[in-house]
Amino acid sequence: MSPEEWQVILLSLKVSGVAVLLTLPIAFGLAWLLARGRFPGKLLLDALVHLPLVLPPVVTGWLLLIAFGPSGPAGRWLADWLGLTLMFRWTGAALAAAIMALPLMVRAMRLSIEAIDRRLEGAARTLGAARWRVFLTISLPLAMPGLLAGAVLGFARSIGEFGATITFVSNIPGETRTIPIAIYGALQIPGNEAEVTRLAIIAVLLSLGALLVSELLARRMGPGRSGHVL
Amino acid sequence: MSFEIAVERRLGDTRIALDLAGGPGLTALFGPSGAGKSSILNMVAGLLRPDRGRIAVAGETLFDSAAGIDLPPEHRRAGYVFQDGRLFPHRRVRDNLLYGWRLADPAHRWMTLDDAVDFLGIAPLLQRWPRTLSGGEAQRVAIGRALLSGPRFLLMDEPLSSLDMARRAEVMQVIERIRDALGLPILYVSHDRAEVDRLASQVVPLAPEGMADTQA
Repeated sequence: MSPEEWQVILLSLKVSGVAVLLTLPIAFGLAWLLARGRFPGKLLLDALVHLPLVLPPVVTGWLLLIAFGPSGPAGRWLADWLGLTLMFRWTGAALAAAIMALPLMVRAMRLSIEAIDRRLEGAARTLGAARWRVFLTISLPLAMPGLLAGAVLGFARSIGEFGATITFVSNIPGETRTIPIAIYGALQIPGNEAEVTRLAIIAVLLSLGALLVSELLARRMGPGRSGHVL
Repeated sequence: MSFEIAVERRLGDTRIALDLAGGPGLTALFGPSGAGKSSILNMVAGLLRPDRGRIAVAGETLFDSAAGIDLPPEHRRAGYVFQDGRLFPHRRVRDNLLYGWRLADPAHRWMTLDDAVDFLGIAPLLQRWPRTLSGGEAQRVAIGRALLSGPRFLLMDEPLSSLDMARRAEVMQVIERIRDALGLPILYVSHDRAEVDRLASQVVPLAPEGMADTQA
């Protein structure tokens, strides 16, 4: 494997890792809200969260370009206050990956929150635990497998992100050239079959590994957790 | 007076209403399923809010719609034993037992883990996961968890109904010992006449429509 290919792989891991870590608390908050909340506009929020799943990725990328470009409202704010530019930068690739991964992460987490037996939370209250303590000692540990599964799934989705990324941050070696973008670029020029094959194998292995880990986490709910209480 | 309960609550089409003044010992709410017995216990525990009424236990008011009092469940000091045990599946038996004990004000604790383990005969179970317990074992752990939280009174929701005959006798003996040796007021829910006759100091019938009268 060439140094350029290593660079592509490491960049992909960095972009996806940052995307998932930053999205994790947001996704969990949204999942909790959608699982437990009762408020007007819940259906709309649910639809908005899922929008990146069904929208053409190129449209998502274009919307990011409008919002986070140098003259976009969010882009100008970030540049003025934090000195941060996202366009054509790896941080922008991470943002695109995060938005595309969000629906999958929220779905997995929401399912695990909905699966919590709320009567256990009531039992904890009668034993002297205030709401926040019930959340930390009962709800969160019981939702943990789903939370981790969602994170791994989001990571896999981020590794594969292409459309929104290339639209928003283009194809810049060492900055935004992730595995799928490198494969696409290599395919444009004849004679690169070996490089394409190597990168494709890496992509398959990473995705397959993430899916397996996510499935194992969802199934093996930790010692004592599977099955029924009684 | 141990339990003073005068509450009303509408749940769907049924109206649950109860006016009860319980003496010391074990007060049994007796009636067919669907009469709202569990809902009454949930109201006393603070898990279900009555539409109106008043709940006091051993002189302390837990709920009073007229006075605007509604103590949250974690401040009511109820030892609630649920029909299904309701042990925390992600904690071993020992950590289930200590969950409420660790949260209790040290001045309110009147039992140690060792006391409870001896009293209930559950020493061999401490390192087990709840899902590996039999029904009788789980129910004894659930009783221990409730006792260790330093409660002022106990609420028991058909604690014998998920058990076979042998386990029933065993858990029934435990309940009799709690009633006689610990002197805690107990509000006990059951649909089994024989069980109620054996355990209760006072029986309060609860009809599906909801109106009930105290009979000593």
